Amino acid sequence: MKKTVITFAVLAFLACGKSETPVTATNATSSSSSALTINGAGATFPNPIYSKWFSDYGKLHPHVGINYQPIGSGGGIRQLTAKTVFFGATDGPMSDEQLKAAPGPIVHLPTVLGGVVPIYNVPGITAPLHFTGETLANIYLGTIKKWNDPGIAKGNPGVKLPDSDIAVVHRSDGSGTTYIFVDFLSKVSPAFKTRVGVATSVSWPVGVGAKGNEGVSGLVKQTPGAIGYVELIYASHNNIPFGAVQNKSGKFVTASLDSVTAAAANAAIPDDFRVSITNADGDAAYPIASFTWILLYENNDDHARAQAMVELMKWALTAGQKQIGELGYAPLPQAVVDKEMAALGRIH
Amino acid sequence: MPIIKTSEDRALRLGTGAFAVFVVLLVAGIGVVLTQQSVLSIRKFGLAFWTRSTWNPVSGEFGALPFIWGTLYSSLIALLIAAPIALGIAIFINEISPLKLRQPLSYLTELLAAIPSIVYGLWGIFVLVPIVRKLELLAPEWLKKVPLFTGPPLGVGMLSAGVILAVMVVPLTSSVAREILRGVPMTQREAALALGATRWEAIRIALGYGRTGIIGAVMLGLGRALGETMAVTMVIGNNPQVSTSLFAPQYTMAAVIANEFTEAADELYLHALIEIGLVLFLITIVVNALSRILTRRVVRA
Amino acid sequence: MRKFKSNLIVALCGASVLLALVPLAMILFYVISRGFSALNWAFFTQTPKPVGEAGGGMGNAIVGTLILIVIAGVIAIPVGVLSGVHLAEFKGTRFSSMVRFAADVLNGVPSIVIGIFAYAIIVLPLKRFSAIAGGFALAIIVIPVVARTTEELLRLVPGGLKEAALALGATRAKAMFSVILPAALPGILTGILVALARVAGETAPLLFTAFNNRFFSTNVTQPIGSLTVQVFTYALSPYDDWIRQAWAGALVLVTMILILSIIARVATRRLERMARG
Repeated sequence: MKKTVITFAVLAFLACGKSETPVTATNATSSSSSALTINGAGATFPNPIYSKWFSDYGKLHPHVGINYQPIGSGGGIRQLTAKTVFFGATDGPMSDEQLKAAPGPIVHLPTVLGGVVPIYNVPGITAPLHFTGETLANIYLGTIKKWNDPGIAKGNPGVKLPDSDIAVVHRSDGSGTTYIFVDFLSKVSPAFKTRVGVATSVSWPVGVGAKGNEGVSGLVKQTPGAIGYVELIYASHNNIPFGAVQNKSGKFVTASLDSVTAAAANAAIPDDFRVSITNADGDAAYPIASFTWILLYENNDDHARAQAMVELMKWALTAGQKQIGELGYAPLPQAVVDKEMAALGRIH
Repeated sequence: MPIIKTSEDRALRLGTGAFAVFVVLLVAGIGVVLTQQSVLSIRKFGLAFWTRSTWNPVSGEFGALPFIWGTLYSSLIALLIAAPIALGIAIFINEISPLKLRQPLSYLTELLAAIPSIVYGLWGIFVLVPIVRKLELLAPEWLKKVPLFTGPPLGVGMLSAGVILAVMVVPLTSSVAREILRGVPMTQREAALALGATRWEAIRIALGYGRTGIIGAVMLGLGRALGETMAVTMVIGNNPQVSTSLFAPQYTMAAVIANEFTEAADELYLHALIEIGLVLFLITIVVNALSRILTRRVVRA
Repeated sequence: MRKFKSNLIVALCGASVLLALVPLAMILFYVISRGFSALNWAFFTQTPKPVGEAGGGMGNAIVGTLILIVIAGVIAIPVGVLSGVHLAEFKGTRFSSMVRFAADVLNGVPSIVIGIFAYAIIVLPLKRFSAIAGGFALAIIVIPVVARTTEELLRLVPGGLKEAALALGATRAKAMFSVILPAALPGILTGILVALARVAGETAPLLFTAFNNRFFSTNVTQPIGSLTVQVFTYALSPYDDWIRQAWAGALVLVTMILILSIIARVATRRLERMARG
């Protein structure tokens, strides 16, 4: 008798373990919030706007669910190339070698514009500091070590800078924010270009690595004497002071929607949309600005998902562009939108 | 000895054996797959991979020294803190505490083992790191000249990682150590006490008797500390540098895999990360095998 | 003097117990106090809100964690229990000592390494992150625990029981499955439940296998959310509301693990009582 009871208990246990698989499988279509789930991954920099877009779009089109995971730009490129996600997202355009290594032609689709700002925590300093590109490069190369270094002081006449060490903070993960920042520094400093170079992950000569935009802002906020770089929204969200940066025309410009938009205004957009707009021309242009891209294969096996992505992109380029200011991004210039609408026709 | 009597018994042997083979295949499979997936890096860098400290995805130069250093250093700190405490707990629960307290105390220490790594990490960033930062800020200037304490007081870094690992390692080490002490025959202690030994002297005899096993218990803790990922990633500062400073942000093998695995944009980069995983796998096999041998011998004796 | 030294060391041992209980008390205090205030109905029923918007919950992640545990159990229980049976029944052979060694080795392999393995053999060929890949990774962690627990407990069953069965003409197979295994079952079940509860707290092997999913998903071939990965993501975010939810997630996770462990203990006791009649 007792034997039967126990055996029954095991059987029941095993059975409830097993029976759940078929149940979940049949539920897949009914209880899943959307019939068509599209997986994407990549940049963290546009994640605030992407998650808002995908959520709003899901409300308008309940049959489409976009599962976007912000794992970093390098990750977006990697996972798209491995085809473990349907679309990727990046803040640094794919290199020619990366495009060659991919199993099929990939289209870069700009979505919004953003800016990267130098944030700092210098006790006693209230006015926004001014940085030249070269100063920033030298700080990140480790050749400027103190806050009262003449290189920093020159741009900030009248500001009493302390004689304290600079604690340099950078990203530890592969990041488009890093790409944009080092892309700018490499343009203005030949030394930086040879020593560090441009990529989503680089080998930093000095500093502390923190994960994500948040990790960097958190560490800078908590560490007196620290400097870091983050996407604009993370600085304003966390109320961390950020500096003005000298642009190509010699003006010190603070990052804002207008100054970021101005950076894209004069850019010549190539047919594949892979363009860097750091250190752009124009008096009002903020120099550490960039497009951010969604990456899609031109030829997809899954036409239904490809079509859904095209529809989504059309929406993002029109209605979607209207609500991005509050999140700290600048809308795309109309010329780019027009060109992109045409390019969407290549995707199927 | 086992005599196969009937076809049904043969079926038992083969049937269950088929599942048991799976366990062996898994271990072999992990080794093979990890080697296969890291072949680019193994071929390109060879042994230099383990002695170089450049980790530069831009130029495709990969050296794992900072990660090995960080892993060994953080585990060493963890053991230095955890081993005496774990041993103290084992002695207290087994030899000193009143019988009534034994069960609840062992439940409580085991509870520490049941808390997930991610929860330790969460507690680490929001509670432990700020405390460590405050302590670091208290460090006087002369102390900061000592190589162990150089660098800005960030909070995140080697010290926080070592402390959090220590907390995580204590329950495992102490429970194995208790197992070992329980294996020491009561007569050993009673004889000593009868001869007029103090309590500690009796305990020391028991410790001496179980010495190998206790070393094994500590090594088991080491194995755990080497492979611990999430909590360490969240507090160590993730900077690949070889530094002796407890204040310095550093990196471990497990942490670099967790942070960069999905992001490695090209093949060589990915293979370099998997090679780190492969070596972590081999190191933990050796450490665990050693600790099993040490603990088993005593438990059997 | 000897007496003093002895007392000092006894005191130090007592102190180390207290020292270990300090972090335990602190962790539980913070998880409960911070987590509890962020818990509400929405936390259990809703999916995450877009970045920066307050509200939403981790309902999808809770479901995801449960599904992952079930998958892990379905794979690990048969493999683990039957391997354990083999180890106990054919203990002297070279093969079984190899299996025993493999199980011990597997038990010590860092979970992040198991994640890489699952990525290479399931995610890459399927070209998709999936719940199955995550569940498989968790199963690899559970298998050695279940196998060794089963073996240990089968060995504890008095030999007389087996001999009696064999003497009555039962085959070894019959003796194992109708006499020995049932006698050891309560303990084995506890072992399984405790192992599954522990594995529910794993994060590292899920990062690149199960990945994450913003939606309620029960499709095992799609990425799936889990409490641990969600807590990790939220903990590193700049939004106060998400950080509060991370604490709430940690509270739910710890509670879930404790409840499963308690159920396991109670069930064992009850089954044992039943077995005794």
